[in-house]
Amino acid sequence: MSTLLELSGVSVSFDGFKAINNLSFQIGEPELRAIIGPNGAGKTTFMDIVTGKTKPDEGRIVFGERNISLIGMSESKIAREGVGRKFQKPTVFEAQTVRENLAMALKNPRGPFEVLFYRKTKEGAARIEALAEQIGLTDELTRVAGELSHGQKQWLEIGMLLAQEPRLLLVDEPAAGMTPAEREKTTTMLVDAAKTRAVVVVEHDMEFVRRLNCKVTVLHEGSVLAEGSLDHVTQNPEVIEVYLGR
Amino acid sequence: MQRSFLAQNPSVLWFLAALGIFTIGVTLLAEGTGSAFISTSFVKTLGKVLCLCLIAIAMDVVWGYCGILSLGHFAFFGIGGYSVGMWLMYARTEAIVETSMAPSVIPPTAAEVQDAIAAQIFGVVGASEFPMIWMFSHSLVLQLLMVVLIPGLLALIFGWLAFRSRVTGVYLSILTQAMTLALSLYLLQNDSGLRGNNGLSGLQNIPGFDNVPQSTISMVFFWASALALGAGYVLFARVLSGKMGSVIRAVRDDEVRVRFLGYHVESYKLFVFTLTAIVAGIAGALYYPQAGIINPTEVAPIASIYLAVWVAIGGRGRLYGSVIGAAFVSLLASWFTGGGAPNINLGVYEILWTEWWLVLLGASFVAVTLFFPGGIGSLFDRLKGDAK
Repeated sequence: MSTLLELSGVSVSFDGFKAINNLSFQIGEPELRAIIGPNGAGKTTFMDIVTGKTKPDEGRIVFGERNISLIGMSESKIAREGVGRKFQKPTVFEAQTVRENLAMALKNPRGPFEVLFYRKTKEGAARIEALAEQIGLTDELTRVAGELSHGQKQWLEIGMLLAQEPRLLLVDEPAAGMTPAEREKTTTMLVDAAKTRAVVVVEHDMEFVRRLNCKVTVLHEGSVLAEGSLDHVTQNPEVIEVYLGR
Repeated sequence: MQRSFLAQNPSVLWFLAALGIFTIGVTLLAEGTGSAFISTSFVKTLGKVLCLCLIAIAMDVVWGYCGILSLGHFAFFGIGGYSVGMWLMYARTEAIVETSMAPSVIPPTAAEVQDAIAAQIFGVVGASEFPMIWMFSHSLVLQLLMVVLIPGLLALIFGWLAFRSRVTGVYLSILTQAMTLALSLYLLQNDSGLRGNNGLSGLQNIPGFDNVPQSTISMVFFWASALALGAGYVLFARVLSGKMGSVIRAVRDDEVRVRFLGYHVESYKLFVFTLTAIVAGIAGALYYPQAGIINPTEVAPIASIYLAVWVAIGGRGRLYGSVIGAAFVSLLASWFTGGGAPNINLGVYEILWTEWWLVLLGASFVAVTLFFPGGIGSLFDRLKGDAK
């Protein structure tokens, strides 16, 4: 396992409030990692920084074996480098069909003129079929995404992320609002995805984190409080005090 | 496995067929080419309506599909009109000046001819020399190039600045209003070089075709407008089909998500904004020779707002909807304001439609937005739904 993403000494503050405070940690490839922490611990800000939505005040973020710095890159450029992001609320394009949603996400040139003169290919169609199979939406390909259930939208979004073929996948609370059966399916998808790439799951739900059965990073007040297996971190007295004990 | 573009978009064929039938119908009934059932002035009105339909589909693409509520597209329309108008005025004045100078014993020098043309054109604003911006006005080709280049470049620069700063929603709309207001105020100045509030006039007279009656000229412009509308429709339908259309609609619905998919959203907005501005310029260049006059009030902010109203009433997000909206509302407007509609005498008060038309338009806009958001175009969706 080699290091894919490395944050060192990253800080960001909003109006004097330090949302991220000297945060340093690494994620390998392939790896499945869960990030937990109380509200305001900086979980979402961490994702915003990595994906380019928020610019850090200081620190370094390097990605890949060429050690390229993600700081100062646009969101779309970072996405093309291989960082995919799933939002907490399912955000799929509801007015378009499942197939169109997946086709848009497929890894292909992204410039306006390349897209304007893009021709559908057999490989692309096959890839969409395979993805649909993987996320269990084969029968829904021609349906408008807005008609899907909440869980199906979440899966479609995961499918869109997989279509991008990212090396790092950031997933924000994937299990929120899901039925137990849907959770199980989601767990399987994420564990599968993490076999060939880095997947970082931000989650509140301890039960879901336990199922992922992976290394856990606990964030508190914008920096790493503890790291290790779930059992290891849940026995850490500091973690119990700030998070679990409440 | 590739189906042809038209096979995938049957509505384009329907539209072209309808436009073709309409054009042939008008040709057969017009004064210049047919049974004279339709007067030349009404042919001009219909030709102008086709140009308005063309800018309406451009507006629909930028607003209805890409989600950019531009309230400045009439500025591009006006620039197109001014660009072609400059050549029309120059060339016609040149012909007049040459005729009037011909009898003199000593042939006039080129400089004398230039001065005489300038005095003719700019006498009305107290100037007698050609301003810089008229330097290409002697050349039809260069002025036609400007019809495309100036709106395109203006949209490119304006859009680049606005989109790069992530100005969206109502703030962008206000910026576009400011742009068209600034243009209109600039044109109003006497020293802008475009004859201030007099604007450019006599544009219906095409230089070199003095012997051709207006009834024929009006038909040529009518056909050209129909052709441009058909071509514009096919162009936009092509842009909006397939993956490009997918991305453009996705930008409208959730641009943040599109960005995280790896698409450079600003480039897409800039592409759509610039392309539609160019089409608006072409529409304007065809419109004003039929109108005969262009002045700064044409690019006043209200014009661009009307454009948005047409598209909303016709149904945004449907190209044919915007065509229906523009045609329906602008024809209705000329019926109401042209004295066609009978005034209603309520005894104590008489409703004069020339004054009350705007109230009626405003009320219908509110009503459509509240109760009928799909606009007139959505009626076709219902028909399709029933047929299934």
